[in-house]
Amino acid sequence: MTDGPATPATDGPVTKLATPIRIEYEYTAGLAQSRFLKGIAEGKFLGQRCPACGKVYVPPRGSCPTDGVATTDEVQLGNTGTVTTYCVVNVPFQGQSIEIPYICAQILLDGANIAFMGLIQEIPTDQIRMGMRVEAVWVDKDQLGLSMASVKYFRPNGEPDAPYESFQEYL
Amino acid sequence: MSPAPTRTVRPVAVVSFAQSKSVRREDHRNEVEMLMPVVTEVFSSIGVTKNDMGFVCSGSTDYLVGAPFSFVSALDAVGVWPPMRESHVEMDGAWALYEAWTLLQEGEIDTALVYCFGRSSPSDLQRILALQLDPYYMAPMWPDPVALAALQAQALIDAGKATERDFAAVAARSRRDALGNPNAQVAKDQGPDELLGDDYVVAPLRRHALPPVTDGAAAIVLAAGARAEALRERPAWITGIDHRIETHALGARDLTTSSSTRAAAEGAGLFGTSGGASVAVDVAELHTPFASQEIIVRDALRLADSVAVNPSGGALAANALMVAGLVRIGEAAARIMDGSASRAVAHATSGPCLQQNLVCALAAEPPAAGGGA
Repeated sequence: MTDGPATPATDGPVTKLATPIRIEYEYTAGLAQSRFLKGIAEGKFLGQRCPACGKVYVPPRGSCPTDGVATTDEVQLGNTGTVTTYCVVNVPFQGQSIEIPYICAQILLDGANIAFMGLIQEIPTDQIRMGMRVEAVWVDKDQLGLSMASVKYFRPNGEPDAPYESFQEYL
Repeated sequence: MSPAPTRTVRPVAVVSFAQSKSVRREDHRNEVEMLMPVVTEVFSSIGVTKNDMGFVCSGSTDYLVGAPFSFVSALDAVGVWPPMRESHVEMDGAWALYEAWTLLQEGEIDTALVYCFGRSSPSDLQRILALQLDPYYMAPMWPDPVALAALQAQALIDAGKATERDFAAVAARSRRDALGNPNAQVAKDQGPDELLGDDYVVAPLRRHALPPVTDGAAAIVLAAGARAEALRERPAWITGIDHRIETHALGARDLTTSSSTRAAAEGAGLFGTSGGASVAVDVAELHTPFASQEIIVRDALRLADSVAVNPSGGALAANALMVAGLVRIGEAAARIMDGSASRAVAHATSGPCLQQNLVCALAAEPPAAGGGA
């Protein structure tokens, strides 16, 4: 990795020095997240419950960030949830894979006590709202894998909006 | 010889220590899952919880796992509700302990949790450690820490201060002692003659003179004054602690001595008022990843021949980055807490060829109130 682009010598001051650096890592998901990812590969959301406060975390990281104790009880969550808050992305950026504008939302899965981020599609962007009920749309069964890419997006499931009080704690 | 600095020291002690098993590769658990049992143990062994802690300070580096702010998510192992007073150093946990000790000196808090974690396995450790060098003229050549330590070892030999057999003797003793340490990673009973049959990795360093690559975690609880005495029958009092750093430029240093270790030891009051006399503590835990470095640090600390050096096996038996330094303090403190030692010294290092060094003096007797360091 010593072969940076050669800079021709000039009489002026040296204003730039290229020192290419690249490091590769192997990521360890951990016990709890491995369980979660294996659930995703089967098309289901698996959370874990804190034995102290009873809250259910998804994706689980193996501990309750509030109590600092191990989460041991596994909880299978539903395929449906509630949009707690959202934004509409109108700005292009490098590496963007979805056509703008699109909706990025915090989704509280039924039975979970923490929201996570997902895309909302199959709805005009000006119709998204807090409290909207949504469901996960998965890739085809033979495409499922150990990645969040297994969840294509969420879409409205037609149920009446959830009352604000039901999700205000998660904003 | 500069005199030991005079300052008022609030008595602060190590009252609890816990560590994970040291392993070559922790490939099932994430950082939080590695830390949680350690934090649980360091609390439960003295009957406290996180809510009893006045401060939390951690040591780790994101470079090891390649994840930004990994120290923030590691806090999930402690649980941060209600919000707590917390800090982090991108260094070995020994320096996190120094920050906690400093805050305890101010007198506002009586307890602190110090923890650290290090996964050396997710990437190529030799390349990662090259990145701590000067980024313009050294790092682009990727000199790895083994090569740099070999330069240092060769300088020791050239100066007539050590031989390859001395390195082998250090390694043989360390790994034999590690047989008694259930958390050690490399433990075996081999004599120096047998070890001298190893191949060179980078001459003059043979395989046995190198530390293992280790994943691990450790934690310590510090407490001040009466609180320490309430939590532990025989606390390990910190009678002095200091750390010093040398220049980044390896060529500007005398690699055969460690002036920063010597200065930190003076600052920690290790030499007392006697100046040049040898130090006759019961135990010394030295963070010297390469066998050749133990010889340098031992000399810098003026340790008497009678001192038991690295009875845990030291960094040659387990060397989790960001952890092995705090483990030295923990192991030294454990010898005092279990009654097998009355005075101990712990040392931690950072950077290439012992660039930065921390010295922590420990004793069964608290430092005299209002006395010198």
